[in-house]
Formats: sequence, C-alpha cells, structure tokens
Amino acid sequence: MATYNLKINGQKREVDVAPDTPMLWVLRDHLNMPGTKYGCGVAQCGACTIHLDGNAMRSCMLPVSAIGDKAITTIEGLSENGDHPVQKAWLEHDVAQCGYCQAGQIMSAASLLNNIPNPTDSDIEAAMHGNICRCGTYGRIKAAVKTAVKLS
Amino acid sequence: MSIIKTSIGRRSFLKSSAIAGGGMMLGFSWLASCQSSKTKEEILAMPKEWFEMNSYLKIGDNGVVTMFTPNPEFGQNIRTSMPMLIAEELDIDWKKVIVEQAPYHAENYGFQLSGGSLGIKNRWEPLRMAGATARQMLCEAAAQVWEVPVEEITTNEGILHHKKSGKSAGYGEMASAAAAIPVPEEVQLKEVKDFKIIGKSHKNVDGKSIVTGKPMFGIDYHKEGMLIAMIAHPPAFGMTLKSVDAASVKSMPGIKDVVTIKCYKEGVQKPITDTNAFPEVVAIVGNSTWEVMQAKKQLKVEWKPTPAKSEKFRGFRGDIETINTPAGLESSDKHKSQMAALAAKPGKVVRKDGKPEAAFKNAAKVIERSYSAPFLAHNCMEPINTFAHVQGDKVQIATTQQAPSLIVPTLSASLGIPAENIEIEMMRMGGGFGRRAYGHYAIEAALISKEVGAPIKLIYTREDDMTNGIYRPTYQATYRAAFDEDNNLTALHIKAGGIPESPLFANRFPAGAIDNYLAEEWAIDSNITIGAFRAPRSNFIAGAEQSFLDEIAEEMGKDPIEFRLELLKRAKENPVGEENDYDAERYAGVLELVREKSGWGRNQANVHRGVSAYFCHSTYAAHVMDMTLEDDKPVVRKVTTAIDCGIVVNPDAAVNMAEGAITDGVGNAFFGELTFKDGVPTKKNFDTYRMIRMSEAPKEIDVHFVQNEIKPTGMGEPPFPPIFGAVANAMYKATGKRQYDQPFLGEKEVLG
Ligand code: FES
Ligand code: FES
Repeated sequence: MATYNLKINGQKREVDVAPDTPMLWVLRDHLNMPGTKYGCGVAQCGACTIHLDGNAMRSCMLPVSAIGDKAITTIEGLSENGDHPVQKAWLEHDVAQCGYCQAGQIMSAASLLNNIPNPTDSDIEAAMHGNICRCGTYGRIKAAVKTAVKLS
Repeated sequence: MSIIKTSIGRRSFLKSSAIAGGGMMLGFSWLASCQSSKTKEEILAMPKEWFEMNSYLKIGDNGVVTMFTPNPEFGQNIRTSMPMLIAEELDIDWKKVIVEQAPYHAENYGFQLSGGSLGIKNRWEPLRMAGATARQMLCEAAAQVWEVPVEEITTNEGILHHKKSGKSAGYGEMASAAAAIPVPEEVQLKEVKDFKIIGKSHKNVDGKSIVTGKPMFGIDYHKEGMLIAMIAHPPAFGMTLKSVDAASVKSMPGIKDVVTIKCYKEGVQKPITDTNAFPEVVAIVGNSTWEVMQAKKQLKVEWKPTPAKSEKFRGFRGDIETINTPAGLESSDKHKSQMAALAAKPGKVVRKDGKPEAAFKNAAKVIERSYSAPFLAHNCMEPINTFAHVQGDKVQIATTQQAPSLIVPTLSASLGIPAENIEIEMMRMGGGFGRRAYGHYAIEAALISKEVGAPIKLIYTREDDMTNGIYRPTYQATYRAAFDEDNNLTALHIKAGGIPESPLFANRFPAGAIDNYLAEEWAIDSNITIGAFRAPRSNFIAGAEQSFLDEIAEEMGKDPIEFRLELLKRAKENPVGEENDYDAERYAGVLELVREKSGWGRNQANVHRGVSAYFCHSTYAAHVMDMTLEDDKPVVRKVTTAIDCGIVVNPDAAVNMAEGAITDGVGNAFFGELTFKDGVPTKKNFDTYRMIRMSEAPKEIDVHFVQNEIKPTGMGEPPFPPIFGAVANAMYKATGKRQYDQPFLGEKEVLG
C-alpha cells in the first residue's frame, strides 16, 4: 500500500492503495466514481477511457503509481452541468442504447476535439477505433462528434 | 373510441389498501435508490404529496406525474416508450413526467420481461389502460367536486375542463379526490388518429444520466460495507470442481474469504433459464475488485471431468424438456465433422408439402448449397454482475436480469428463503441480447452473500463473461432447389441442424409459396451451454435462406426482389399448407418499400447491392445493402431498411434500434466467432474476439417504417437476422464469390 495524491476533476483526492492498482479501480472502488466503466481490463474496448492532462487514456491498464501530478478528468468532471459540447451533441442525437460504452465514447470524442478541433471522417474513425459499442451506435456517435465540432 | 374492459391485468389497477380510504402519501422505500430520469432542476418542483392512482403512476399535488416503468431496461429504451403509452392516455404534458424503474413485483406488474421483442407488444394495452383509468378517475373526481355530469368533463395535457361552467383544474388539484374513486370497470382508449405522444419522437429519459456518468448499471451498485466477489469456474466445458486450496490466497491483501458454492438444490424443477455449465464454483471475496482479481490469478484449484447427464428443464412455454449433456471435452474441429455426418443422413421430417422426392427425381436441374455459422458469445459491454445481501430469511438483490421473476423460485429453493422475502431491484443493463435471461449469476451472488455473511457484489471479469457463456449455438443448413426444363422452381428442400439445437422454422417463408417442400432437422448433444441470442435461430437461418433465394433468383435469371415478390404473391393468393406463420402481404410490403426507398434498379458504378428480408418476432424487415470494395475489403456504404412493426411508438428510438441491429449484424457476419479446443473457449477477451468497430460499421443507415394502424410489435430482434443475408448477397455482387460460412471475413488482424 502507498498513499497517492491525485488531481481528479480539479479536486485533490488522496488514496491508499497498492501501487499497481489501475486507475479504473481506484476511481470505481476507492473514490466512489463509477462513471468510468469496466469492459475488458486489457485496453481493448475503451469503456474505461479517462483524460490524463486532456488526452484519452485507458484507465484499466494505467497503474495509479504512473499518474504522478498529471490531471485526471473523468466523465463526472468533463463539465460541471453536463453541458460539454460533446455531451450536448450526444443528447441531441440521442446516441445511447444501453449506454454502457458511452462514457468512454464521450471521453475519447472530447479528447479528439481537444487535439483536432475539425476532424475529418477518418480522424474520427481513427480516434474512436478503440471504443467498442456492442449496441451498434457508431453512426450516431460519428454524427454527434460532428455536431460537437459545431457546438465547440 | 375503443372501449376496453380493465379486467386485463386488473391487479395492477387495485390500489394498495393503505390508501384505499383516501389520498395519503405513499412511502416507496425503494424510490430513493432509483434513478430519476431528470435532474431536480428540470422537473420544476417536487410535490409535497403524491397520490397513487395505480401501480404504474402516482400524481403529485402540483401536477407532476411519476410513472413506474415495469420492464427492465437493457438499451431498447422502453424506459421512455412505456411511460409514453401511459402518458398518452392519461393526457399529460410529457414535460411533467418523471420515470422511475418499478421494482420486481409480479402481482403489480405482471411478467416483467425484456426479451423476445415482446415489451411494447405485451404492454400496449395494459399501459394505456393504466393511463386511461387514472384519467377517468380524475374526470370523475372533478365531476363530483364541480357537481356536473362526468361526460361533460374534458382533459387537455394535465388540465381538467368543464366548458359550460368555465371551470378548470390541474390534475394535481384533483389527485387526492381521484385517488379515492373506485377503479372504473371500463375505460375508453384513444383512436390512433388522436394520439399526441405515441408516434412522435421523444428523447431517452436517461440521456442526461448516461452522458454525465451517473451510477445506474448493475455493476455500479454500491452499499456501505459491501465486499467484492469473483468466481473461479472450470477452464473447460465438461469439467467441474475437484478441490480448492483456499490457503493459497487467503492471506493476500484485502482477501476476506474463499468459499465454494453449489447453485442448485437437488430435486427442484429448474426452468430453462437455469442453464448453467458450472453449477459448482469457487468464490473469492475481498475488499476491492483489483485485490480480488489478483487473488483469482493465484488461486489453486483442481478440476475434474464431469460425467454425462440428462436433466429436465421447464421450457419457456411451460413444457418439460430433457437436455442431455455428454461427457468429454469438445472441439470445434470435431463439431464440424459431426455436423457434416448428420447433414449427410436423413433428418427428422418437420414439414412436407406435395411430392418433393418426385420433384427432385424428375428435375431438369438441382442446385444444392450448404451454410454454416459458429458459436457466438453475447459480449454485452457490461460484464455479468449482481449485488446480493442475505440477512436471516431475507435477501436483497440488485441485478441485471431480463426476466427477474424466473430466478425467484430457484433463489427461494437454493437459499431456503420464502419467495416473498426476496427483494429484487432491476438495474439498468449494459446490454442483454438474451444473455441476461439466464440468471445463474444472481443465484451465485446470493449464495456467496449467505456463505460470507455480508453484502457482496459479484463481478465477472471479461474473461469469465466470455468463457462462462450461454452461447448462440453453431448451426448448419443445406438447401436444395429443383427446376424443370423451363427453369421453373418446382421444389425446395431444407435440412438444418446444429449443436445442440436445430435452427429451423419449418413454417416460415418460403414454405407456403412452393408446391413441393420438405423440411428436415437434426441436432447433436453438447455440454457447451447455449441459449437465447438476439433473435434465436432466426439469426442464422434467415441469412442462409436469404442467400439461397438469391442464388435461385440468379439461376432463374430473375431480379431478386421481383422473385421474392412472386413467391409472396403465390403465398398470399393460393398458399400451400395451412401452418404458414407469416402474412404474405405485409412481408411483400417491406420488400416493396425497400425497393422504392433504395432506388433499386438504379445502379451506381462500383456500388454492389444485396437484398434480404425476413419475418420474426411479429415484425417484418427488409434491407438493401450498398457495398464497395476498398483495398479489397468490403465497406458497407449504406443500408436502406424497411420495417413493418405496426404503429411505431417512439420513431427515433425505433430507428436507433434498427441501426443497432444492422450494425451488430454486420459485425457478427464479418467477424463473430467463438471456437473451442478441448472444451476451452479459444477466445477470452476483445484482443482475440473480434467486435465490429466504428470504421467497419455501415457509413449510412436509412430506416423507413410502413405506415399502418396495426397494434405495435417489437424492434429489438427483427432487423437483425436478415442483415446476414444482405451482407452475403452484397459480398457476392462485390467479389463474385458466394458466402457460405460465417464469419465471412475470417481471421483478421485484431485492432486495439
Ligand atoms: S476496460 Fe479498459 S479498455 Fe476495456
Ligand atoms: S450503447 Fe450499449 S454498448 Fe454502446
């Protein structure tokens, strides 16, 4: 066990966990922030996507000891009132079916727009490639990303 | 207007005795844990008092209405469309509606099932009745208070009016009086033309909670003092627990206990939803998921082979079926040769029209084609989980189940707890697709909680989820068609089977359209557990049938849509046999609509088109797929879809379901495959199990609905089966090669 001081959604949080504990489980089990989802645990599905200094990361293989002083953003902190352009676009297109993958999809999309404000179709496909949606909402996700560009 | 007796589901309309005497506030103890559809700000103000009209709705003194949506949600968006049915007949402003998930309560809510595309179909009348009876009670209350005849009261979006006197009042003002009115014996339901809510798109009531990451799924459930549990199950089908060395992990950090559980009590009749290859498992219980995962890797367990057995299950229709599970470790290679051997022998004849043998004997030409598909894992994005807390003779469960009532008798027997002491909260499911109709994991969770004497949340790892499956079976079908000298189709023969069940529906199209028809089936026992998977059996046979019809049309030099329409015309005007299970006119209707909407016949350079249609789960669906080849890889440019599901309750949500089914179908047709080697599933996670990703999904999907006033039917399954045929037929046009064996793209690189 070791103590870590983390910067999550603009707040300081302290946790006492084993150094190899993935950020996903630190969030879900130790900080009661279950918005970030577990899907595969092997960085293949994107359900656990968070931002590290604004860049999308798979938190299921990211040990807490590797975070250092980087700022973490989770779906709960992407915006204060759920009004980030990506979230608004998701609502406009009523993207979700079961909704389980969507936190990860939204975090990947928000990171894409941080890095490429005007993405092409292939930019979107490349950035979203790591996020699986078993319900098959890819068409709406792509449309919503384009709407988010306009709302940004 | 249609007058409907309220006796259907009458119990639901009986108000609880506590309030029968007058309007008093109800305390729903479980309300606090439910997800409200909207944030507090959005629902204006909460009322001071609630008045229960029936088990589906209560009205606040300020006119806000809470609706209890009865069925569990796994993405079909019934948490929006079911309350829409109530709201339509209650005649309320949708903005004043709060949606709450009803708990499992068979007496109040009937069969709380999400499966078989039955939700809207089965709830169409009862839910509208729930709204209409409440509206009627409000009208009667207003008539009494205003001392006017009830017939003179009208309503408009939550306001009661009496024209002659100019009096009006909100529902909230009359709710207390209305709650004391006896439930009417009969109510009038609206005509379709008067619908204001049904038929108009309404956004998902959970949209905001989903995009902000609110806890709502089973895996998110949290209770103070809760421990995390994981199971270790045998690595191979055909094996069971021999012994466990609990000491191997008990001293690891955070580990509380290691227990062995046996799911079922001897001598209790199991429903088919108790299908479970591994009824005896080891559970590791600890403080946190990561610690339990580490211990799970270190745990020393020994396994041994299971003997062959024969078990009786109560089927979905109440019939008792015997399931034989042989001993041994099965492999996909061996399955293939077993299936080929049975396919070469006569099967069990399940339908015969005319003289098929003679027609084949006298044929000028016969074509024969065989199709196959592998086992599939459901791979719901949310891994299997359940929270359970056993305390004495009571148990509290929060679980992701498609049919919670089906686990109750087993829970009761296995825990030795009376059924009425079982409380089940239905959590939102991160996908179901049939997998969550099989409730073994809820039994496991409850037994673990009982053993360790603590509230626990059982979570399967992705690997557990994929390797402890209730899979889609592997199937095979051989089709033969006979032609005379003039190249007319004279006979059709299907022989189909699978491990461990046949995919055949003998009375489906094209049965009924061909004079000489023979359908045979076979099955091979297996110890690999199988079950419902989005449109069971149809999800294979539709693709095989629609591919073969495409080949017949080509053989006859006919346009594939025209050919199908000719067969349907025959089936409509002069059907062969009496058992045909489809309406040929509605079937033709979706083909005609998709022909028109896709601009069929207008060919574009380098765009290759395939058509497919199917009827299952009471809904008709047809697709035209446009495919291009890029770097020799098939790309689905566009899918044009026509669907006849009767009245479309929530159009945009129905389009979303169709888009999802199409994308899921393309993914499974291209990549879906689970194989076995010595009983071990060869894929355990998404690094090897190929799922469709955004770049491979159809670039455009254009969904159209047949406009009619027929009672609505389901949308979750019907658009899925025919997409396999559309993919195969489009790929043939694109590559010149027919596709017979799924997955069509075989082993491809796996991307992460
Ligand atoms: S859970 Fe991290 S990528 Fe799947
Ligand atoms: S919405 Fe269900 S997995 Fe994406």
